[in-house]
Amino acid sequence: MNYVIIGTGPAGVVAAETLRQREPTSAITLIGDEPELPYSRMAIPYHLIGDIAEEGTHLRKAPAHFERERIQHIQRHVTNIQANTHQLTLDDGSQLSFDRLLIATGSRAVRPPLPGMDLTGVTNCWTLADARRIIAKANAGDEVILMGAGFIGCIILEALAKRGVKLTVVEMENRMVPRMMDEQSGGLLKRWCEQQGVRVLTSTKVKSVSIAGEKLAVELDGQPAMQVDLLICATGVKPNIELAKGWLQTGHGILVNRRLQTSHPDIFAAGDVAEGRDFSTGDYSVQAIQPTAVEHGFIAATNMSGGNYLHQGSINMNVLDTMGLISASFGLWQGVENGESATLNDPEHYRYINLQFKGDRLVGANTLGMTQHIGALRGLIQNRTRLGKWKAHLMDNPSRFMEAYLQQRVA
Amino acid sequence: MQKSLHIDPEKCTGCLQCEMACSYENEGIFNPSKSRIKVFTFHDEGRFVPYTCTQCDEAWCMQACPVDAIVLNFVTGAKDILNDRCVGCKVCTIACPFGTVNYNTATGKVIKCDLCGGDPKCAEACPTSAITYIDANATGLERMRMWAAKTDTQVSTHA
Repeated sequence: MNYVIIGTGPAGVVAAETLRQREPTSAITLIGDEPELPYSRMAIPYHLIGDIAEEGTHLRKAPAHFERERIQHIQRHVTNIQANTHQLTLDDGSQLSFDRLLIATGSRAVRPPLPGMDLTGVTNCWTLADARRIIAKANAGDEVILMGAGFIGCIILEALAKRGVKLTVVEMENRMVPRMMDEQSGGLLKRWCEQQGVRVLTSTKVKSVSIAGEKLAVELDGQPAMQVDLLICATGVKPNIELAKGWLQTGHGILVNRRLQTSHPDIFAAGDVAEGRDFSTGDYSVQAIQPTAVEHGFIAATNMSGGNYLHQGSINMNVLDTMGLISASFGLWQGVENGESATLNDPEHYRYINLQFKGDRLVGANTLGMTQHIGALRGLIQNRTRLGKWKAHLMDNPSRFMEAYLQQRVA
Repeated sequence: MQKSLHIDPEKCTGCLQCEMACSYENEGIFNPSKSRIKVFTFHDEGRFVPYTCTQCDEAWCMQACPVDAIVLNFVTGAKDILNDRCVGCKVCTIACPFGTVNYNTATGKVIKCDLCGGDPKCAEACPTSAITYIDANATGLERMRMWAAKTDTQVSTHA
């Protein structure tokens, strides 16, 4: 068999390794269009802080790992896939054939359609190349606007603060991380950042960016204009579905079945680019998180190589460190119809937990300022544990989730 | 012969010697809050339940780690965290459905049980043999694994 994988993120790399484990003699080719060894975007904030060198972001640390696994790594952009002849074209015009193909092209950072967003002083924070630009331009005393207080915006706040920049965060929604945290915890996060000396403007839009000598002039909606050295755009990402568009079934991402197979039987999709099954809803959506990419990569590779592994769905979950305040979300944290919820809010100590129930089962959770045993929240959701009498205990005090989790064991 | 921790909650008196031994061995301080084994108290039933990583086969933490910082120790069977690689992203702390990988705010890294490299101090410190370190196939390891498997969301029919 001749396997080709497009994309060198966690989904692509795990798929390549899984294929190698299952098929010692097959040809496996991994194609990525960045001039880097496969790396993790998750590690970029820690590189910006200076905790790790670029090598510290690499997904695999053993020297010559891909050569040793006999996985051919090509650093080229795929321009076109010809499904009927099982071939694809690279940006140097060369052709590559495949028996089975995995599209794991991930997602990319997008910029809102505003005047000046294409200027050189504007950067995303998504790739290692972006990180290099930020490291070059965000240093002590520099004025920086961080546009977007979503997951990526929040997770690089500490790095930017430690680099000594004068930072303003501009978020158009009414709170921080609106897609991961509820209103109460998002509000707490904002207060926390302000207390650390970061200026946070919520419900504020950037109107335009233009050149002002050495600086960028940034017009804001309802706030005085600013002149900055760097504008970091962290307003969201979108799946790289261009290669599939028009001939594979696509929605927001590439549509796949429970085997991670696309509408073409020899072509699979995994990770941020795939609309995989969600454990909590049973629906198909793009999750764009690391653990889901890894699950997808493993399942797709298993099925590409003759297995029959049905994806039960991945739990949508996230953990975020915003200048030392740790928040997490699990499953249906926004709650369900006719569900119940329990909240423990201790704003003074920046501790917060909200649990969402359906009947006597936990279906979602938000936590803030909690670092111990939080994985058990995933366990409770994933086991669909009947909480029984512990439902009432958790309604009284939702922070007792670990005891609720253990009771199934001692009962 | 691989060994594993065997925990018998019935024998636990809640003395917390295991937590003290663990935090001293691994963090150099007697501080139960830094222990990788945790004794949970069920006041209503008057029960104590020591709890730590079962070194499960699924190794959710190891699979989820984006920087190759959790590795299988072939001698002990434990999943070990390599501190020089861990960036402290905490993905493993939400990926582990047992809640046994925790973030240590003091070091900016995660911590979990590594069986003390094959000489677990919790078992040594336990005065009632509620925690023992014995041959894997003679212990409740199978039972623990079965319990672990209950959290597997995936239906596997490996070909």
